[in-house]
Amino acid sequence: MKFSVTVTLKKDVLDPQGKVVKNTLVNMGINNLKSIRQGKNFEIEIDEKDQLLAEKKIDEMCKKLLVNLIIEDYKISKIL
Amino acid sequence: MKSSVIVFPGSNCDRDIAVALKKLQFENQMVWHKDTSLPKSDLIVIPGGFSYGDYLRSGAIAGKSTIIDEVIKAAHAGCLILGICNGFQILTETGLLKGTLLRNKNLKFINNDVHIKVMNNDTKFSNKYKKDQILKINIAHNEGNYFTNIKHLEELEKENLIAFKYCDENGNSNEKSNPNGSLKNIAGIFNENKNILGMMPHPERMVDEMISNNDGVNLFSSLLN
Repeated sequence: MKFSVTVTLKKDVLDPQGKVVKNTLVNMGINNLKSIRQGKNFEIEIDEKDQLLAEKKIDEMCKKLLVNLIIEDYKISKIL
Repeated sequence: MKSSVIVFPGSNCDRDIAVALKKLQFENQMVWHKDTSLPKSDLIVIPGGFSYGDYLRSGAIAGKSTIIDEVIKAAHAGCLILGICNGFQILTETGLLKGTLLRNKNLKFINNDVHIKVMNNDTKFSNKYKKDQILKINIAHNEGNYFTNIKHLEELEKENLIAFKYCDENGNSNEKSNPNGSLKNIAGIFNENKNILGMMPHPERMVDEMISNNDGVNLFSSLLN
């Protein structure tokens, strides 16, 4: 079973990288851009048939290592 | 006084701190991150560098290494722990210090001698300094922008747990004298029991007048006091 974990900075945390990317796109002439928040993505393959159990394990991985809960939020979604 | 310096793959200030400790007459040992036990130590130093190439987040992988379990046990038993630069980042990743270190606000690696102010000199790490003493200490980091939640920030201020603040040469802490965007110009903090200090500036680089200055010496001599 394959999952994707998207990690993004929390709303209140300043994201200077996202800001620079946004400014660059604006300078390139792209209109209507409201905001950009940069994050990271993990693709995780897990040897588990029960989806609920697999998600529970991935949630544990997020809490223990992949995500810094002080500054980051995460979202788990199934790919295949 | 016995000290241990933990060495991770990618640590690069481990030998500098060892030289500083020996100069101040500490009996120092280097401890490899895969070791499962710590030599008897009064002080454990987690040095600067780029442990595990800063993969995932600075300090995240080192924060889960085998020796860290022993460091956490020692910390809870009251052992003095000093984390410098990447060592500070590792301490926040272990949870021994609260908060975290974000990317510098200007997105640049900063290597500069900056001024910091001693905020609390009533601790094992700082008793040889005067309160509000201004030091000139080198910083060299990409993620030194200290961040924490409002509740913890209030606690840091109320309990006098801010160790150092960035300032200008006259001691003014403001946005102009803040090199990396740290909350309240914070350069270093203590834990509640004040046996753990995490700081981004490098005191071990300031122990010799020949190459820099002596502003870091009193941190180590405070520990001996």
